[in-house]
Amino acid sequence: MSSRRSRSRQSGSSRITDDQINDLVSKLQQLLPELRNNRSDKVSAGKVLQETCNYIRSLHREVDDLSERLSELLATTDTAQAAIIRSLLMQ
Amino acid sequence: MDSFDESNCDTSLDMEPKRKKRRIGNNDDGGGEDELIRRRQRNDDDDDDDDDSRNAVYREVTKRWRTDKEQQIYSSKLFQAVRHVRRRSSSARTGKAIRETADRLLAVSAKGATRWSRAILSSPPSLRLKKRQVKVRVTGCSRLRRKPEEAMRRKNKLPPVQKKLRVLGRMIPGCRKVSSLNLLEEATDYISALEMQVRAMTALTAILAGSSPADDRLGLNVVRS
Repeated sequence: MSSRRSRSRQSGSSRITDDQINDLVSKLQQLLPELRNNRSDKVSAGKVLQETCNYIRSLHREVDDLSERLSELLATTDTAQAAIIRSLLMQ
Repeated sequence: MDSFDESNCDTSLDMEPKRKKRRIGNNDDGGGEDELIRRRQRNDDDDDDDDDSRNAVYREVTKRWRTDKEQQIYSSKLFQAVRHVRRRSSSARTGKAIRETADRLLAVSAKGATRWSRAILSSPPSLRLKKRQVKVRVTGCSRLRRKPEEAMRRKNKLPPVQKKLRVLGRMIPGCRKVSSLNLLEEATDYISALEMQVRAMTALTAILAGSSPADDRLGLNVVRS
């Protein structure tokens, strides 16, 4: 708790209330796959932030991997299949 | 009163005006949060009170990025763009070029409402630079300076929460010097967008893999003489 209060003092210009920060942290917690099931008042803000960073990192890695795979797969496809693929995407 | 039942709400177009306003102004100030608190209190007559309000928060934040329609639009645009990318760049850089294209398309889908999307769109060939910076910082700080209370080179006695906020700011494009409130908002939107990107690219990969020459169940590969 004290760390949060000192943070709002350090932020200086804008008055950031604890409620707003709590609300955003709980929103963030709902998005994280690991912390979604916990009751929100038992998870500290530091842990939520840590999980957020880890999750974003893993998502970036996944996107990189998928890009590599896509670049390999695209080598074998051609224009005749484009329309079919697009229709498959729309399902 | 039935319009507050989250499980029945149609995510794409059928929203109340209040929800539309919040979606557009979601990243400005705390006005969206106040409304959120009021709506959570109004959901008190539901059966599982806690569960529903938690699910409501979850569904609201991700409404933008979780619709099927949004994902379909994104994946078809991605498919078209990526085919053009292949013709332009050499085979060694194709992976990175695809990642850049995918990120820019994602930023475009955000319609400029968030800071990270604007940052992506306004800095085209910066992928190599960004990777170098991240590598140097992360390995240096996390290995050598473990204890947060010791006096560090640049910062002295930052509480661990502040440090994590900084790390988070570095990972989201364009958010290094943003206030913590905005940073958290950007993070929620960015995570949902990234999830949609992963889903769309996975679907695209599955379709393309399903149509490879070895596996012709779909009959996509015509025999050429």
